[in-house]
Amino acid sequence: MDKLRLRFEKSGKAAYISHLDLLHVVQRVFLRAGTPLKYSEGFNPHAIISICVPLSVGMESVCELMDFRVTREIDLASLPEELNAVSPEGLRFLVCYEPARKAAEIKWLRCEGLLEYDNGAPDISALAEFYSRESLPVLRRTKRGEGVLELAGNARDFAFEPAEGGVRLRCTVSAAEPAVNPELLVRALEQLAPELKPDFASWKRLEFYDKDMTAFR
Amino acid sequence: MDKRLRRILPTVQKPARYTGGEYNEIIKDKRDVRLRMAFCFPDTYEIGMSNLGMRILYGCINAVPEFWCERVFAPWGDMAEAMRRENIPLYALESGDPVGEFDVLGFSLGYEMAYPTVLDMLDMAGLPLRSAERRELVPLVFAGGTGICNPEPMAPFMDLMALGEGEELDLEILRLFQRARDEGWTKRAFLLEAAKIPGVYLPSLYEPVYNADGTLAEMKPLPGAPERVTKRIVEDLDRAYYPTAPIVPSTEIVHDRVNVELFRGCVRGCRFCQAGYAYRPIRARSPETIIAQGIESIKNTGCQEATLLSLSSSDYRRLGEVCDGLLEYCEPRSVSLSLPSLRADNFSMELMSRLQKVRRGGLTFAPEAGTQRLRDVINKNVTEEELLNTCRIAFEGGWNGIKLYFMLGLPTETDEDVVGIAELADKVLHTWRKYSPHKQRGVRITVSTSCFIPKPHSPFQWEPQVTMDEYRRRVKLLRENIRARNVQYNWHDADTSFIEAALSRGDRRVGEVIEAAWRRGARMEAWSDYFDFKRWLAAFADRGLDPAFYATRERGEDECLPWSRVNMGVKTELLLRERHRAYEARLSPDCRVQCSACGASELLPKGVRCDG
Ligand code: SF4
Repeated sequence: MDKLRLRFEKSGKAAYISHLDLLHVVQRVFLRAGTPLKYSEGFNPHAIISICVPLSVGMESVCELMDFRVTREIDLASLPEELNAVSPEGLRFLVCYEPARKAAEIKWLRCEGLLEYDNGAPDISALAEFYSRESLPVLRRTKRGEGVLELAGNARDFAFEPAEGGVRLRCTVSAAEPAVNPELLVRALEQLAPELKPDFASWKRLEFYDKDMTAFR
Repeated sequence: MDKRLRRILPTVQKPARYTGGEYNEIIKDKRDVRLRMAFCFPDTYEIGMSNLGMRILYGCINAVPEFWCERVFAPWGDMAEAMRRENIPLYALESGDPVGEFDVLGFSLGYEMAYPTVLDMLDMAGLPLRSAERRELVPLVFAGGTGICNPEPMAPFMDLMALGEGEELDLEILRLFQRARDEGWTKRAFLLEAAKIPGVYLPSLYEPVYNADGTLAEMKPLPGAPERVTKRIVEDLDRAYYPTAPIVPSTEIVHDRVNVELFRGCVRGCRFCQAGYAYRPIRARSPETIIAQGIESIKNTGCQEATLLSLSSSDYRRLGEVCDGLLEYCEPRSVSLSLPSLRADNFSMELMSRLQKVRRGGLTFAPEAGTQRLRDVINKNVTEEELLNTCRIAFEGGWNGIKLYFMLGLPTETDEDVVGIAELADKVLHTWRKYSPHKQRGVRITVSTSCFIPKPHSPFQWEPQVTMDEYRRRVKLLRENIRARNVQYNWHDADTSFIEAALSRGDRRVGEVIEAAWRRGARMEAWSDYFDFKRWLAAFADRGLDPAFYATRERGEDECLPWSRVNMGVKTELLLRERHRAYEARLSPDCRVQCSACGASELLPKGVRCDG
């Protein structure tokens, strides 16, 4: 036992912890729990922790995956509870195991969004129709400047239901090559169908899948 | 979480500072508590969470089961704007409840530039700014901290001020307040009773009377006013509350580490230093307590850095013992120990070498003045030889960066003293050339100057600040004399120091200026992002006052000072004596060599001496 993987939830107040801050927060959770973390060698040793797919600030998740290393055998079954006992609000560890697969095999992400409309939600059918268009080019800003991303084919399996204050949407987006931030689904409404644009949208990750749509663990 | 808040959080910078929910945060059931206090820190989360005083009082008040104390920080500009736009009132991090609904708001004031932020927070909480306009008993609005050891500038806004250390005093105030509220007292009745608690300064009990020339004639005591209000202290640090399960921030703050407090007060008596006088008498914790508290805190937080905090940590008598004890725990766990305030002597250097085994970045020293004469004037008991010797040890030991802090505009300073700073930096550079074993790595020597600000309760409280033009001339002179490429020179702006000086020794009329500045948009003035000099000049002009009257005017030794009703423990005669000795460039021995009977030990129980 050396490399381990933890599955955890990040929700509520913890949703606002940034990716970089999270690494720091988690390292201290491990230290408080007394987990024998493995550190990098060298001048400025740091714990070897990596989050498989970084999560944007403000987004919730019930399926986060984190890889880390330990220096000796630990009891995997009891670890999540030990960590939860010393975790900040909104961070909850679910299960720990030795990973069989590399994070690079993650291809799809199932997610859920709540589109909030303050002055009445549009017809679900209008939204469904919009997202089934043959082409949904969204303008997005990346580190390399502006670019157009084609959502059609990279966001699929939509499901809608009415919810308090708006519409709940579920869909599967590409998590790698290209990585589609679910927020782009709202950008698409803003750019291509402004009359359907919500006043606010919040997102939650539900599950990662590989290219064959088998749940990735 | 409030729906409006949920919507703005993703749009602001670093939202994690506005949510609470950190590990070790204290949550209580509203229905079980009898009194709710909002501990308000008039600066950002990152600054406030780095403040030891705040952490002590937060834990100490929450240790009382029927009190619930929550944290409130000032939102950064983008968040403040968004909150105002969405009508979200200032809220406390733990419960998310609006601060205006709390029983008590306690402001921690560490520095003058935070004054306008206090007004902004009151406004964001939906409360009237002035004590007189808040007619009801609830909520009580009070302030504590070194920023109010001259209580007068903030007097119009506070119901009362808590002078000195708050561990016992705050609880006494809260208990009395709880009784007053339960029994339905009027605000006036409560305040008059509170004024009887030692350490409570009630601004409404003193009436400033001015002379025709604008100076204070007297701070007239009204019926019920104590002659002077003496600050409170914790007598025995070993028995005092100390937070060993402090909140662990989930986002970056300025000093993210475990604080281990060694002692309070300072033995040195530097004449410009307010803290050195205002925190007397000297009281030390025992090494056993310190080590136990340090280890507890590290365990409870998972922090990988602990710092030994005090005004002058290397003066702690049994520092070696404390370091041994803590290192024994820290080293095998890769927790680093640091000393923030170093003296330039051999002992400190040996210690630094022991503490910082791996990382050898920069070292910081504060000689404060460039020549021996001026260092004697300010009673900064460090010789050039000691400083250079320390630098030699540092360079030999592998350090390759040294920061040197100085003040310009100290009393009696001449051009020779200014140039002396450049010469000293040169000598440090020569020391590096001579002794560094790895010259190929280069060296960084940084010289920083700030403008001297005379502070209340220090021996220089009567001194004028140099004018802004004069300060700038001295900066230029120094800049022209620093020629080596390896020596970098940074200086503080003249205008911030000027305003700070005006606020620092202000009287009650300066309170009007602070309000005028806030009405013109001032908040977070300690940040260069927000500080606006012209706005301050306009605010002074609004009230027909001249900041120079407060900043650059020498006070007569017989002049009534705005803080004359406050007794911080040190006798005025001692301050005067030190001022006169300064003019003779005469050193005063530190408290350990010889007690100069400053008066502070009278705050201790009978028979207990300073430095326990
Ligand atoms: S009473 Fe003496 S030892 Fe104590 S702080 Fe004053 S001068 Fe120093």
